[in-house]
Amino acid sequence: MSEVTGAPTVGIRRGPRMLLHAVLVVIALAWLVPLVTALYNSFRFFEADTQPNGPLSWPKTLTLDNYRRAWNVGEIWRHFGNTMFIVLPALLLILLLSSMVAFACTRFSWRFNVFFLVLFTAGNLMPQQVIFQPLFKIFKWIPWPDVLSDTNTGNLLGTKIAVILIHVAFQTGFCTFVLSNYMKTIPKELGEAALIDGASVSRQYFQIILPLCRPAFAALATLEFTWLYNDYFWGAVLLQQGGERPITSSIAVLNGQYSQNYNLIAAASMMIALPTLAVYIALQKQFISGLTLGANKG
Amino acid sequence: MSIPVVPEDVLPEAVLADDALTAPRRGRRQRFSQLSRRDKGVLGVMVGIPALVHILLVWLPAIFTGILSFAKWDNVRPIDTIKFVGFQNYWTIFTIFDSQLFPALFNNFVLIVWLFICSAIGVLLAYLLDKGIKGTRLYQSVYYFPVVLSLAVVGFMWKSVMFSRDTGLLNKLWPGGPIDFVGDQKKIITFHIPFLDSPLGLSRNFAALLIAMAWRHIGYIMVLYLAGLKSVDPSLREAAAIDGCTDWQSFRRVVFPALRPINVVVAVITVIEALRAYDIVAALGVQRGTEVMGTLVTTALTGEGGGRVGIGSAYGMVLFLLCIGFIIWYVINNFREQDT
Amino acid sequence: MSSKSERSPSPSEVGFHVFSRRSLFAAAGAVGVGLVAAGYGDKASTTPGTTPGTAAAAAGSGNPVSVGSNYSDEKPKAAFAAAIAATGVPATINTVDHNSFQENFNTYIQQPDDVMTWFAGYRMRAFAAKGVVGDISDVWAKFTDFSDGFKKASTANDGKQYFVPFYFYPWAVHYRKSLFTEKGYAIPTTWDEFKALCDKMKADGITPLAAANDGNWPQMGMFDMINMRTNGYDFHVSLMAGKESWTDDKVKNVFKHWAEITPYYQPDANGRTWQDAATALGKKECGMYLLGTFVTDNFDPSKDSGAQAIIDDIDFFAFPAIDPAHGQDAVEAPIDGFMMAAKPKDEAGAKALLGGLGGAPAIDAYIGLNPSVVAANSKAKTDGYSALQKKSAELVGSAKQISQFLDRDTDPAFASEVVGKALADFLADNSQVDSILSTVEDQKKTYTFE
Repeated sequence: MSEVTGAPTVGIRRGPRMLLHAVLVVIALAWLVPLVTALYNSFRFFEADTQPNGPLSWPKTLTLDNYRRAWNVGEIWRHFGNTMFIVLPALLLILLLSSMVAFACTRFSWRFNVFFLVLFTAGNLMPQQVIFQPLFKIFKWIPWPDVLSDTNTGNLLGTKIAVILIHVAFQTGFCTFVLSNYMKTIPKELGEAALIDGASVSRQYFQIILPLCRPAFAALATLEFTWLYNDYFWGAVLLQQGGERPITSSIAVLNGQYSQNYNLIAAASMMIALPTLAVYIALQKQFISGLTLGANKG
Repeated sequence: MSIPVVPEDVLPEAVLADDALTAPRRGRRQRFSQLSRRDKGVLGVMVGIPALVHILLVWLPAIFTGILSFAKWDNVRPIDTIKFVGFQNYWTIFTIFDSQLFPALFNNFVLIVWLFICSAIGVLLAYLLDKGIKGTRLYQSVYYFPVVLSLAVVGFMWKSVMFSRDTGLLNKLWPGGPIDFVGDQKKIITFHIPFLDSPLGLSRNFAALLIAMAWRHIGYIMVLYLAGLKSVDPSLREAAAIDGCTDWQSFRRVVFPALRPINVVVAVITVIEALRAYDIVAALGVQRGTEVMGTLVTTALTGEGGGRVGIGSAYGMVLFLLCIGFIIWYVINNFREQDT
Repeated sequence: MSSKSERSPSPSEVGFHVFSRRSLFAAAGAVGVGLVAAGYGDKASTTPGTTPGTAAAAAGSGNPVSVGSNYSDEKPKAAFAAAIAATGVPATINTVDHNSFQENFNTYIQQPDDVMTWFAGYRMRAFAAKGVVGDISDVWAKFTDFSDGFKKASTANDGKQYFVPFYFYPWAVHYRKSLFTEKGYAIPTTWDEFKALCDKMKADGITPLAAANDGNWPQMGMFDMINMRTNGYDFHVSLMAGKESWTDDKVKNVFKHWAEITPYYQPDANGRTWQDAATALGKKECGMYLLGTFVTDNFDPSKDSGAQAIIDDIDFFAFPAIDPAHGQDAVEAPIDGFMMAAKPKDEAGAKALLGGLGGAPAIDAYIGLNPSVVAANSKAKTDGYSALQKKSAELVGSAKQISQFLDRDTDPAFASEVVGKALADFLADNSQVDSILSTVEDQKKTYTFE
């Protein structure tokens, strides 16, 4: 933790620092209450214990049964595979495409760059449900060889490719917007100097801008991974084979027709949250440790 | 961890401080016309491919939705059964479903205000956690955790663990006896709007929902802002500290202005989240009193009912038109930045 | 729209001779596993229960038939797989979680599996009218174990059959026998007795009526019951079909009666899940609870020894009569079953499978693993039925008409977007009935009710 070189701690004296910690701890505890309760109940039987006695009561028994059942009934491993098949390519494409647009639109002055920035930003303002019906027809209309998908319908509808595509299309808008704003904080002289030095556009992009945007990439990758991973809507409306659906459908399957066993859902959620948490922890140091221009200057 | 190769000499000191200290921005964008033909081609591809994907899969369907908002269609029958009805769908939602539309709009408006408050808290947390204090990563992880959880469990946590009238924690702590935080649509405050039959207001269950929203939103903004804070030159803050600025002053006068582009990001995201809100509302089960535009659009467009494509699209377009005002603000902001 | 076909079947039509317990047991003995429906499917000459191998030859193309299933819960999923196996027709099951299957059915049906699970009532007829599900009248021609009532429930507005019924479960007022014995309560059969019982319970410190409305559907059952008891089944069906005015005095009367019992409700019904209300019934904090027989699912005997005792202690009675003219004639009993795609890849196979699913062995296999429902097929085994299942069959058998459920008997969008919200508004403030109902009436006019 000591190598964390955030902003200098100048200006915080001991007294206020203790106060700050106190505030942060209180917020953290408040944040954890629902979470810990859910975790606690994931080790209890629902109908036999939590439901009659309430989620905050003393447990009758503690059990791993919910985890075992969630894993088997929710077919978590299989759906996790489906999710990775969708999320990883989508994430790479999103970051690549959006950084290209953001780079081209913020580092260069040309007639339509504001237009494109607005186009990509405004596309995000609509709820995704608004575009769903026509999109459904569009996918159904685009032919797609069955060899390249898990369906036998001859079109894009029902394939994971369709889900990847809509994620890329939609989230590229958001990331373009965010990245272009991050790129604005990078001094323009960097590019100008590079151009005078004869660096091509692609060299500027790969060797100057991309490395400088690493904190922003890390933050976006974390958020995007979380969103794509937790997406339920597109998976449910575009994939018609239950077995092809992403991991969120595991939870949906556990969410019974009549009886909802919340402890089972909590157990599944805890397991399902692990990869997103791992990604967060892995990328966290990228956006909180000392990767700044200033740090470079020493 | 490799530090990006940035030649020392291309980093003029003053640039980093330009916005902050109101020095005129010296750097300019590279002119497109100065580029070689090859570079122009590269740029064209860089913008062209993403734009094509985005336009084809987001804007094209959106335009169709706009067209469908003037039509009646059940989405199942062939396309030639689409019947255009002019503004009838809009008339329907504004006059017949007014008891659903206006409360939803009101709730969205409340959300904008509320999420701005939450965003401010998130920004503040990011700033505090960026100071290299002990345990900062742990704090960050805890605050971020709500974002990684799937909505099903978020719904369960709040509905059943926190809000439930019979077993919820909040009700055990609440002094005034049990309150149905999930289903109670009683209004806490009401506003009488002249042309509406019933007053608009903040219902109890929506107020409770706001807490769950804050829980998720704050960590999200915090992460985004933490990344942004990295582009602020620490020497700026050092300089401010030497000049005798208090911590608050250095944030307000140096850091915050230096991060104007990031502030725009946060503002836009806040508005997007407020207008598009659907997930948590649905996870807690859409109740009377908690409807937002997102839930109206969704039930009409994707629900089993189906025959409501026109109505659902009209709801969607109302939402979209609201966004337009915001987009205009954003564009103006963008231009102003460019001109300097 | 023919008025004949849009009503739920009456039990005499459905073929329930009114069971006495004795006759039920007798029937159970008579119906053996081998006793099966006639052969079905275009080329199928095998009887159900034969091995998959022989049946495979019977099915059209030899490829397995694809079945879209919303039986996603653990037990029903296994039970359904057993039912499919019992038909002997090779099939692949595409299981989708129950909620999203239903929510996305509109889009799903545009690129569906050959056969899919669905519901009887308006919900089936609407899709039949849109031409996206297939006519299976020829399959029905070979059915012998369903009576005319089930046939009617499977018939769309064009007079053809589009649905194979599988099972049903009734709605009724549940109570704990031991509580009634202990306190000396009698089963109420009239509205006045019902209210008097509520008063008595209240005096005994028990909340008379457990009440939930989370999701805005549980109270639809209460509306259905009071409406059918006050105005009769025919009016209810006609109201659901959009043909009656919601501002009619008859409808206002329903809410007047309803308002007489809301003071006996558990407070704040709107935010309560049906499980929380069921728990209150199980704990004897509440005396009675109107819900489907799935109420017992809230108690899990495998993990809690006390739960079996509660399940065994739960009984139900038919909703009390309000207007003697209608008595306790109508019962609400939603039917679940199957439909076929309009253009299945393997039509012969799909029809063979549907024929098999309509046979007794399939539902026997299903109920063997998931014994919480009642078979639609009249030749199904009943010896394994629990007391509650037997009583369910009896209740439906003694009813003169069967309704599905509010959101199955009318345009589901109208049910969820308008009626569900109106009922929640009513529960929140029952002094506003007139304005609530005039809103419903205005909004109703924007739905097509085809």
